[in-house]
Amino acid sequence: MSGDGRAPSWAAGEPRVAHRDVQAIRGPLLVVGGVDGVGWDESAQVATEEGVRHGLVLELDGDQATVQVFEGTDGLVPGAIEVRFAGSPLRVPVGAGWLGRVCNGRGAPLDGGPPVTGDRLEPVAGWPMNPVDRDPPHEPVLTGVSAIDALTTLVRGQKLPIFSVAGLPHLALATQIAAQATSAGTRFRVVFAAMGLTHADIAYVRDRLEERTSSGELVLILNAADDPAIERILTPRLALTVAEHLAFDDGADVLVVLSDMTNYAEAVREVSAARREIPARRGYPGYLYSDLASLYERCGRVRDRDGSVTIVPVLTMPAGDITHPVPDLTGYITEGQIVLSPEIAARGVYPPVDTLGSLSRLMRHGAGARRTRDDHLDVAAQVLAALARARQSAALAELVGAAALGETDRSYLAYREELERELLDQGDAESRSLEETLDRAWTALATLPRQELTMLSPEMIRAHLELPDEGVDDA
Amino acid sequence: MDAVSASPTPAARVGRAVRVTGPLIEADGVPDVAMGEILRMGAGGISAEVVGVDGARATMQAYEYTGGLRVGDPAAGTGQPLTGLFGPGLLGHAFDGLMRPLSSAPLWLRPDRPGDDADGIRSHRWTFVPAVAAGDTVGEGDVLGTVPTTGAVEHRVLTPAGCAGTVERIAAGEVGELDAVARVSGRDVHLSERWPIRRPRPHRERLTDPVPLHTGQRVLDLFFPVARGAAAAVTGGFGTGKTMLLQQVAKWCDADVIVYVGCGERGNEMADVLDDLGRLVDARTGGRLVDRTVVVANTSNMPMMARELSIYTGVSIAEYFRDMGHDAVVIADSTSRWAEALREFANRRGDLPAEEGFPADLASELAAFYERAGRVTTLGGQEASVTVIGAVSPPGGDMSEPVTTISQRFVRAMWMLDRDLAYARHYPAVHWSGSFARDAAGLARWQTVHGDPEWAQRRARALEVLAEADRLESLAEVIGVSSLPGRERVVVLGGRLLREGVLAQNALHPNDATCADAKGAALLDLVLDVIDACHAAIARGVSATALERVDMGPVIRAAQDGGPEDATAIAATRERMLDAIRRVS
Ligand SMILES: Nc1ncnc2c1ncn2[C@@H]1O[C@H](COP(=O)(O)OP(=O)(O)OP(=O)(O)O)[C@@H](O)[C@H]1O
Ligand SMILES: [Mg+2]
Repeated sequence: MSGDGRAPSWAAGEPRVAHRDVQAIRGPLLVVGGVDGVGWDESAQVATEEGVRHGLVLELDGDQATVQVFEGTDGLVPGAIEVRFAGSPLRVPVGAGWLGRVCNGRGAPLDGGPPVTGDRLEPVAGWPMNPVDRDPPHEPVLTGVSAIDALTTLVRGQKLPIFSVAGLPHLALATQIAAQATSAGTRFRVVFAAMGLTHADIAYVRDRLEERTSSGELVLILNAADDPAIERILTPRLALTVAEHLAFDDGADVLVVLSDMTNYAEAVREVSAARREIPARRGYPGYLYSDLASLYERCGRVRDRDGSVTIVPVLTMPAGDITHPVPDLTGYITEGQIVLSPEIAARGVYPPVDTLGSLSRLMRHGAGARRTRDDHLDVAAQVLAALARARQSAALAELVGAAALGETDRSYLAYREELERELLDQGDAESRSLEETLDRAWTALATLPRQELTMLSPEMIRAHLELPDEGVDDA
Repeated sequence: MDAVSASPTPAARVGRAVRVTGPLIEADGVPDVAMGEILRMGAGGISAEVVGVDGARATMQAYEYTGGLRVGDPAAGTGQPLTGLFGPGLLGHAFDGLMRPLSSAPLWLRPDRPGDDADGIRSHRWTFVPAVAAGDTVGEGDVLGTVPTTGAVEHRVLTPAGCAGTVERIAAGEVGELDAVARVSGRDVHLSERWPIRRPRPHRERLTDPVPLHTGQRVLDLFFPVARGAAAAVTGGFGTGKTMLLQQVAKWCDADVIVYVGCGERGNEMADVLDDLGRLVDARTGGRLVDRTVVVANTSNMPMMARELSIYTGVSIAEYFRDMGHDAVVIADSTSRWAEALREFANRRGDLPAEEGFPADLASELAAFYERAGRVTTLGGQEASVTVIGAVSPPGGDMSEPVTTISQRFVRAMWMLDRDLAYARHYPAVHWSGSFARDAAGLARWQTVHGDPEWAQRRARALEVLAEADRLESLAEVIGVSSLPGRERVVVLGGRLLREGVLAQNALHPNDATCADAKGAALLDLVLDVIDACHAAIARGVSATALERVDMGPVIRAAQDGGPEDATAIAATRERMLDAIRRVS
């Protein structure tokens, strides 16, 4: 995905002193000597015969600067390159000019259009938001995906990751969310950043998001598997910087989808290894938590301002291990998680969400009366409690045989089947309204004996299950 | 201006930065540079603390983003350690790790924002009510006067440590935040005091007999209690409920002052704490809970070394209120993020790592932090305390990792959150077998003296049932519960009733968010009596199946039936249930 190789115009900056004293090249790092007056975290350009690469100052020691090169150092010859420092941290233009564009992981166009320009330049690292200016998230983002909207509601300003395993349809789900998500009554925008995806996957993403891109609601930033790995460190920051300004300056509700964060973390590990840092767990640096937090914490809402940034990171758990540092540290930063499960996928359910292992920590603020629907939180709690019970019945059935089960246990097994068919299983391009989603949940609950519905008030049960003209009790 | 910051800067002591890598800076040539001194770096003057001196070279940790800082930039000595301004403007407000007010800071926290004493920020006027008159004699720690604040916490201005004698002058009425309010034997005493953030504040002596801190969380108060002035830790993997539990304690515990330190955690959580506390009413005083709370917020995306500092900021603020005679609680979420900041810096410095890359002095750092907890006699002769409650976030939920194992050694109570319980939505997911309370015996004595001699026995019995139920349940998983003898099936049933009726507590239910001691004891008695009645029924020849068919809903819902203080409704439920069980045949 290196695009046409042209550097984005905003990266050019003004001409500066050229440094030729490259003393070492180590992994993605360059050590440049004879440096004077260069600031830490300053951006740099590395000119080679083929073109310009981009970097950042990671360390200054006397007259030496260590520079991390986003495009990697492959093919660099110490005597044949020139390094120029920009006098400022890496900045990108922000503004509506990004909408409808398809760019590579550094922001250079892939859609044949001109380089993206903007009203002004902003540092890609962003600034921490003053916590007292945050408005606690309390309004839903509706994705049109029943398993999420009903049971793990996404809330504007939340960070809610998708934990998956290689081979599961997380990209289908991520693109479905990106294509369908809306917020009632506000402008909704999407920034989709791909890190280290195969070309087949990238073609799939572009295809699935074509419509929303061409209608000018979506930005695609694509770093492919064969693009420079270190570029992946830049890609999510670019996406978030663009998103922050669409949200907090232009007042849009912005959803940022980042896929796949495992590839991102590997790029961080690669830089750390090249710096010979002491690793914490499984070779990942001890600062991976803070590094990931510097991305995920850029979500939120601001008091007395329109707009929000909601982040859905997608990651594949190596060997399905949730204690692996990438999902583990992500879970420590995000506000819940949506877990996909191979067993559920094997039953033919899409999206294969492990509803019991998934949780949206902010759901209680963003769903229910005045947010979604009065019965929402109770229905969700009942669906999950009954599902947990159904799992016990299924385990018992394995032990004693389904035939030996009591009536209640059998009704729970029937409930689970109905729930999967009615509510959880869905087309990967099917968008359901919240009304439809919750009504489907009621349909599934109707398979249970009424006295099992302990979390629902009698009035609710009457309103939803005992009025034939409601048309929800016909299952 | 107060005395310290007004002191003239000594002749400029300026060196040059020679190395910059993230938060680590090295500088050469600052004359007489001292460990712990704050240097101002570069044109922006960002704060960096000296953590190592080697000849002419000083190593520093920077408290701001160091982007743009260059080799050769000036490093100016201040001659001062890092200090914070301790005064009446703390309660009800939020500060960053460096104790700068966040309410007056801009939306985006850039490094070049003003410090805590910039013009305007400290312009608030207060009313000083003198407690002594000119000519009186005072000793250190004695109250010179009070300052009415929004909440119920009496703000007392004390005679500073090391100061005693005759009151030569005393103010009355309106004073500014930085003004002097008294003169005691030749020394000005200010309304607000500048104090080195890392330095423990002095007290007279430690008190050792344990007095409980009532938390309002049944699983803690009944099973794993914490004493005032003790240290406790809550540990568990992500999403197991550490923050929710700490927030519950912050809301409902019976301390006077809460210092809530968000150390490397989420911004949305800090917003939530401020929002929640601003809305909730303090049942003990009728005021808003936020008015007894100070928030120190250094979220995960704020500068890493300020996160390291924020823990000390929190404890020092708590000690400041302790010295006034109050019981303060410091809540630190999460100490693991603080340990990670220590590790990050030690690694950049090239220190030899010990376990998992953590520096070798991690254990002593953690111990020193937890040791600042204590119930003491203050310099002014009052009994007061600082209780420290920290969260520990073990990577991968692995309880054998260094921060967890070290914390375990130094805390008096450890609350172990269990992923399976949280997964089953059993909250608070405090596990009864992994948790401990070292002061349980001492606190049982306190309960005996204060009218509840049954406390220890009730606890022991319940823990016994829980342990046996656990064992039998794993057995039942293999052979089926119906293969167990009747007595054992009652134990399994009893375990479930204890878990669902007593231990589980719904933080979101207005009747259940907090729980008075009497109500907790009544609930536990209810379940234990129901278990006894079931055993008696089995002895009578009643089948376990028949007992399992009894609707135990009233037992499980008893906690939510009446208000947090209401133990009488539970007694009625008890009679009804015992009667129902007696009638089973
Ligand atoms: N006492 C409780 N009552 C109701 N729900 C709870 C309770 N404790 C935890 N939960 C649920 O679990 C979620 C996670 O809890 P919490 O944020 O406290 O976890 P944590 O251990 O602090 O996680 P992390 O380490 O990621 O910060 C909450 O958002 C809530 O949905
Ligand atoms: Mg937490």
